[in-house]
Amino acid sequence: MTGVLLWAVLPYLTIAVFALGLTWRFRHDRFGWTTRSSQLHESRLLRIGSPLFHFGLLFVIGGHVAGLLVPASVTRWLGVPDELYHLLSLTAGTVTGAATIAGLGVLLYRRLRTPAVRRATTSDDRVTYLALGGTLLLGMSATVLTNGLGGGYDYRATISPWFRGILFLQPDPSLMDGVPLPYRLHALFAMALFMLWPFSRLVHAFSAPVRYLARPYVVYRSRDDRRLAARAPRRGWDDA
Amino acid sequence: MRVMAQLAMVMNLDKCIGCHTCSVTCKQTWTNRGGVEYAWFNNVETKPGQGYPRRYEDQDEWKGGWALKRGRLKPAAGGRLKKLLNIFANPDLPELDDYYQPWTYDYRNLTEAPLGDDVPTARPVSAVTGAPTEVRYGPNWEDSLGGGPEHAAGDPVVRKLGREVKFSYEQSFMFYLPRICEHCLNPSCVASCPSGAMYKRSEDGIVLVDQDQCRGWRMCVSGCPYKKVYFNHKTGKAEKCTFCYPRLEVGEPTVCAETCVGRLRYIGVMLYDADRVTAAASTPDEQGLYEAQLGVFLDPHDPEVAAAAERAGIPHDWITAARRSPVYELIMRHRVALPLHPEYRTMPMVWYVPPLSPVVDALSGTGFDGEDAGNLFGAIDTLRIPLDYLAGLFTAGDQEPVRLALRRLAAMRSHMRSINLGEPHDPRGPSRVGMTAESIESMYRLLAVAKYADRYVIPTSGIGRAHDLEGIATTCSLDTYGGPGMLDGRTELFTWRDDERPSGLFPTLPGKG
Repeated sequence: MTGVLLWAVLPYLTIAVFALGLTWRFRHDRFGWTTRSSQLHESRLLRIGSPLFHFGLLFVIGGHVAGLLVPASVTRWLGVPDELYHLLSLTAGTVTGAATIAGLGVLLYRRLRTPAVRRATTSDDRVTYLALGGTLLLGMSATVLTNGLGGGYDYRATISPWFRGILFLQPDPSLMDGVPLPYRLHALFAMALFMLWPFSRLVHAFSAPVRYLARPYVVYRSRDDRRLAARAPRRGWDDA
Repeated sequence: MRVMAQLAMVMNLDKCIGCHTCSVTCKQTWTNRGGVEYAWFNNVETKPGQGYPRRYEDQDEWKGGWALKRGRLKPAAGGRLKKLLNIFANPDLPELDDYYQPWTYDYRNLTEAPLGDDVPTARPVSAVTGAPTEVRYGPNWEDSLGGGPEHAAGDPVVRKLGREVKFSYEQSFMFYLPRICEHCLNPSCVASCPSGAMYKRSEDGIVLVDQDQCRGWRMCVSGCPYKKVYFNHKTGKAEKCTFCYPRLEVGEPTVCAETCVGRLRYIGVMLYDADRVTAAASTPDEQGLYEAQLGVFLDPHDPEVAAAAERAGIPHDWITAARRSPVYELIMRHRVALPLHPEYRTMPMVWYVPPLSPVVDALSGTGFDGEDAGNLFGAIDTLRIPLDYLAGLFTAGDQEPVRLALRRLAAMRSHMRSINLGEPHDPRGPSRVGMTAESIESMYRLLAVAKYADRYVIPTSGIGRAHDLEGIATTCSLDTYGGPGMLDGRTELFTWRDDERPSGLFPTLPGKG
């Protein structure tokens, strides 16, 4: 029963909160949709920590896409032996995960030790850091301890099919039975992170400005005739 | 020819007394909010001086504006790909210390300090952290050459001159330089914005930040060579001088212009050929950029230009306003107004009439008649430092346009003095500077008499919609805590404080709220 709740109900709840939350946020709080950078207060540590964290995270996300979405049969068909795959995923995961955690460490140190940055930290930042840090540390321990030193764990036989089952609307919570604890906790923390996503400043991830690459440098925009200002025009006096 | 209209400003530096009324009224109107304590959309600097933010004119350090690379214009900090690769940490972003750490005073201590032998004081506290602080720099730290030899010597324009400049009181020259956003024809801040949130309004050329679309990547802040885009550290959005567009739309001048006690600001329409902007900004020789920009402007009196403007959809009242534009008069007809740092290749649109007063003062100080044209012409050429310095500021070092502007101002002084004193005046006087008595007197009316209606020729944004616009201009556009562009009845999650109950968490049906 707990298995069904955790591995079939909760994932869909997460997806619903994530999607609806993002829609709500985009429609009602586009002004709050920002990185809310604190580089103005402190630049030196940020220039080390932030690229380390973000670029590391991009690789980590790429690794998850490859590990969770690509079935083992596809890599075998491509001629990649399982041992090689394991070795690659383990080393790449360890290196990029370590970079991400190191980056986050620098950023957290900076956030706590710079008075102006500390002061600019909101409560949703704190919860986000907790979920983000927890997810990263658990993922790292799953990779290094269980999958590495522990002798290896073939998540592509259990977790990946479970994940694809959720996406293809054929959830099979029984696949998660017997999955090592770090992996299960990592997945739970990740779901918490996805639920927080729309309500924290993590939303800036969806603003990756890739269209900039194909845009003319100078943007012209004409005044919107329907909207004379940034908001709809109102009467110049109050209702009687 | 693609005709576009631009609202532009000219400031007559001879009349600036450095009173900072423009800065203060602008601050009260636009940036008296949390997150932009340090931001002055309008500031007044003493020149020579490092300015605000400190040494912003040194583009070797700050990488603002455009650079010419193999004949093509590119943002000086790098192209699109480099910008995206640097998106997680902007390498060229000024820190708060480069502007100044905003502060207030612990006034409460004055009334609440316990009874004691000492008179209580209001110590400075940081406006960012609230902790006691020491004031180390400010937006007007070097007022009237305060800290002269030490500070002014760090002025990047002085450094470029490569010669000794005296800052001792007796030998120095100084003037005030009020600065707002330049609303450039080729804005590098707009080009730097990865989100496409910054734009140039096609109707009037005003450069704005769409607050709903800005994602806080901060590239505009470093991309602007004048450092006139500010990052609101509370809302996480870029903010800048709006050229007071809600006022201009109803035909009123900007707040800084309206409240200027010296009446030194002029606002009017310039018509320009948008197709020629890129080519002009790509002029290889930096000293050719001033002339190149003049070549972009169109003569509104030319029937062909007027016809092309009509075809381009520019309203008729804008074309007539362009014909009466004081800005056009000073820039194109009298050639006394010059752009600030054309070498940044942004084609700035706030121009300056260079100050003749430092020259007159220096001349009078030596016992000569400081308003005699002959003496003044000689002094303009011998007082090399003012000329050199002004050229470094306004024409990328080319002294000729500055010399011409100063000589015309000198000719105006002596011509008008002879009229006022009933002296016989030299009929050849105006022609020595390539002007006529009539054009000199017209320039005098504009610069010295400076009637309100002559200084501001601002077409409204459409008489048909005047009523709607009135609604905007009379209600406050900044009525919520976080800043401009916030929407009524909606909740911004991060400005939502713990002790508040948000009123508009969910949209309500009309009539039920």
